[in-house]
Amino acid sequence: MAQSSFQEISASDFFYRNRDIAGFTNPSRAIFAAIRELVENSLDAAESLKIPPDIYVRLSPEGKEDINEFSPEGKEDINEQVFRLRVEDNGSGIQPRFIPSAFGQVLYGSKYKLKQMRGTFGLGGKMAVLYGQIMTHKPATIISSTGQAKIYSFKLMIDIQRNRPIIMDRKVSINKEKWRGTIVEFAIEGDYLRARPKILEYFKQTAMVNPYANLTFVDPKGRLYRFTRATMEMPEPPKETLPHPYGVDVELLQRLIYVTKQKNLLEFLKNHFHRVGDITAKKFLIFSGLVNSVCKKHNKLSPQEIGWDNGQLNCSKCKKEAKLSPILCKKYTKLSPEEIKSKDGQLYCATKCKKEADLGYLKNPKKLSHEEIVILMQNLKKFKEFRPPDASCLSPLGQDLLKAGIMKELKPEYIVVNQRKPSTYAGHPFIIEIGIAYGGEIPKRNSFKIYRFANKIPLLYDEASDVSYKVINAINWRRYKVSPDMPIAIMVHICSTKVPYKTVGKEFISDRPEVRREVANALREISRNIRHFMSKREHVNLERKRISIFAKYLPRIAEFSTSLAGKKERPDIKKLIASVRKYGKKE
Amino acid sequence: MGKKNKTKVAEKETEIMGSLKKLGTQMYNQLDSGVFPSINMPSRSTENINYDPHLRQYILGGKTVTRSARNIRHVKPFTQLAWAALFSNELTFHRKTSTLRDVYYSAQAYNMTFKNQQESNNIITDLETVTGHAREEFHIFPEERSAVFGDLTIEYTVPGYEGKTLNLSAHPDGVLIGPALTTSKFTNTSADKIIAIEKGGLFTRFIEENVHTKHKSILVLTSGQAPRQTRYFLRRLSDELKIPVYIFTDGDPWGMHIAMVIISGSANAAHLRNLNTPDAKWSGVWASDIVKYKLPSDPLDEVDIKRLRELQKDPRYQEDPLWQKEIKIFLKIKRKAELEAYARYGLTYIVDKYLPTKLK
Repeated sequence: MAQSSFQEISASDFFYRNRDIAGFTNPSRAIFAAIRELVENSLDAAESLKIPPDIYVRLSPEGKEDINEFSPEGKEDINEQVFRLRVEDNGSGIQPRFIPSAFGQVLYGSKYKLKQMRGTFGLGGKMAVLYGQIMTHKPATIISSTGQAKIYSFKLMIDIQRNRPIIMDRKVSINKEKWRGTIVEFAIEGDYLRARPKILEYFKQTAMVNPYANLTFVDPKGRLYRFTRATMEMPEPPKETLPHPYGVDVELLQRLIYVTKQKNLLEFLKNHFHRVGDITAKKFLIFSGLVNSVCKKHNKLSPQEIGWDNGQLNCSKCKKEAKLSPILCKKYTKLSPEEIKSKDGQLYCATKCKKEADLGYLKNPKKLSHEEIVILMQNLKKFKEFRPPDASCLSPLGQDLLKAGIMKELKPEYIVVNQRKPSTYAGHPFIIEIGIAYGGEIPKRNSFKIYRFANKIPLLYDEASDVSYKVINAINWRRYKVSPDMPIAIMVHICSTKVPYKTVGKEFISDRPEVRREVANALREISRNIRHFMSKREHVNLERKRISIFAKYLPRIAEFSTSLAGKKERPDIKKLIASVRKYGKKE
Repeated sequence: MGKKNKTKVAEKETEIMGSLKKLGTQMYNQLDSGVFPSINMPSRSTENINYDPHLRQYILGGKTVTRSARNIRHVKPFTQLAWAALFSNELTFHRKTSTLRDVYYSAQAYNMTFKNQQESNNIITDLETVTGHAREEFHIFPEERSAVFGDLTIEYTVPGYEGKTLNLSAHPDGVLIGPALTTSKFTNTSADKIIAIEKGGLFTRFIEENVHTKHKSILVLTSGQAPRQTRYFLRRLSDELKIPVYIFTDGDPWGMHIAMVIISGSANAAHLRNLNTPDAKWSGVWASDIVKYKLPSDPLDEVDIKRLRELQKDPRYQEDPLWQKEIKIFLKIKRKAELEAYARYGLTYIVDKYLPTKLK
């Protein structure tokens, strides 16, 4: 006991020690993850203003001596090298007072709201900077402007133990050209050679799912990869939303109670939860047993006896309006309205114990005990009548943009896309968008090429663990006249306020029944189109074959019959062959 | 006589070439007038094959089928048929012969491929059906295996041998029944009967035992089921020499049917005539012979019995009560015997004792 010492570690310290959980597993993965996190921040920053993103990424080699100085182990593997990573965007820019924390304090960020965003933990950008710092011990440079008069430029490092930014240098310059955006630049050690295929694939797929973005990447050899936007159209940005009752846990409830200004449970429910109105809130309160409903004539009503006509709580027996009854005396748990008296704005048990009565729905949420919060949370999950979350907090691509993206990057012969209606899992709304592309420049392989996206970011690792992979492989494709050796690519995009990743690394979607069902239904729907296309194609092929058979044999018949009949000139069979063609068109 | 013969052969060939040319002209004219060529021919499906008691053979009924180049499934076989007609025409014109196998390979020289031998054989059968002439008349012959021996002088008509003669007893192994022989003219014979034998062993034995002189006969080896050419040859012998034909086969349903096909023809050749010899006689081995001569025999197996029941119902077996009688005995004794079974009575017994009885 005496030997073990306990110490608190900061968030940045924690991630410093456990950087692999954020994707910075090894030198090649780290360089990929750094680019990815920064590009995604940039995309979010541009999309929040509904500006088509222009993102420039440059990875250039740093001097060789840097390796020797800061990471002597690097010598063992000649592929590992120190690079300078620069990411520029035309996004919203960051207000100067937030810049140091936004890049120098882990778990600080703008992403703790409920709407569809790429990042979820407010971690990625900082991890990139942090990783760069621990491997090279060089400050990161952040330059940003919101398009106002000034451009702010910071040189930052992270105080890892205290999880605080250290401002090494701060400059302000005049923003003559009204530039808006953010530039992040720092040194990072990594293995570009090994990361290169994934990085390029990442850009290609990002371009596919963000067809309105211009992406430019200059690699350490000076090679330029440019992905040009195909459209200026952008999807509707997501709206922020309240948490849905099905999605809350005790922790969230407590936080909401902590911040709420509402004085009673009914208002609390109505104001802090997604799609909870007056009736739903009352129904829920009765369901949860926190209040009773009473009729003047019939006293307490069971839930079955309550009518909800015209949005009013009423008694199904006398058809008159009923009231919610605050009933909870601490001693005599059920009080009739007559037994309650009020004094000084407080309710009392009037006849029996004379003590303060618990106020049921009028109860101040801040006065809920821990047990009551647990009961409340459990009932929130059990109650079946909450309306499903709406999808305004989601920003799916939409069928046109999905199509545009696929056309742009894959150039297929045929494409069909489908967007499912919003659905939910555990109180989180999600939308599945799917596309199947055939032929064109899609290469033939022995299996379908699957592109997976979540909130407009490509998922490149652990394909076989993904729910889409499982669903795609469970389908009997022969029924749709499709086989895996055909040049077919399948895109699956899930948008959600909370993408059901299985791991922190954001690599694959977990197999939840609701998600699986949506993916399967979406696939089935477009597979019908594919089947139609395949039959048509088959028909065209058959027709082509048919015509070629006639074109092959009719001249031979002419040849043989001419010599057999002893004629000199062959009969003119052009018309006959043409008639076969015409017939073919008609069909 | 030779000259007359030559003219006859030439006439025949002119007729054949005429029918082929007609076919070609029909196709040509159809094509030339912008119509998909088509051909009508009797259907060879089983329901269109009927037994004609008058002709004593199978014939094709009135049903016809149309082969049209308009039909995607027909256009290839149609083209193959046109080619086969042209090829046959050239064979006949140049008086060359060819085998079915040869046809299959020759097609490749014309860039006309057949999937397999069966496909090309079928096309030749189509050509027979369309023109009504046997392929032998187009100079297309099967591979040979049957032979003839006896005092019959023939005169060749094939190119290079015109006018040459041969006595068929010249070679003790017998003479191959091939195109040169079947197209030859029969000039002279001392025989007063023809004996057709299923098996080579017995054929040789008969020659050794001088059956041809002892019994004044022409011996024909069918080598199992008689090839069409041999059946055609037997018919010519029967028609032109006007002497009876006796058939000796094994004493089992299969041997019995070899005799029947010589007599009444086969369903496969229902589109052709002159391949059967209605007056030929099956002379043994009968089921009753097995009993009468106490021949060493084997039990009939299931396939034999099944075959006997089929033959019992076959229209060809209703003609002569002999057939039904022998089938019944077979089914009763459930035994079968081979021609060689007579050897139990010594090597010459079959020739000296059995044959004379049977030929009466």
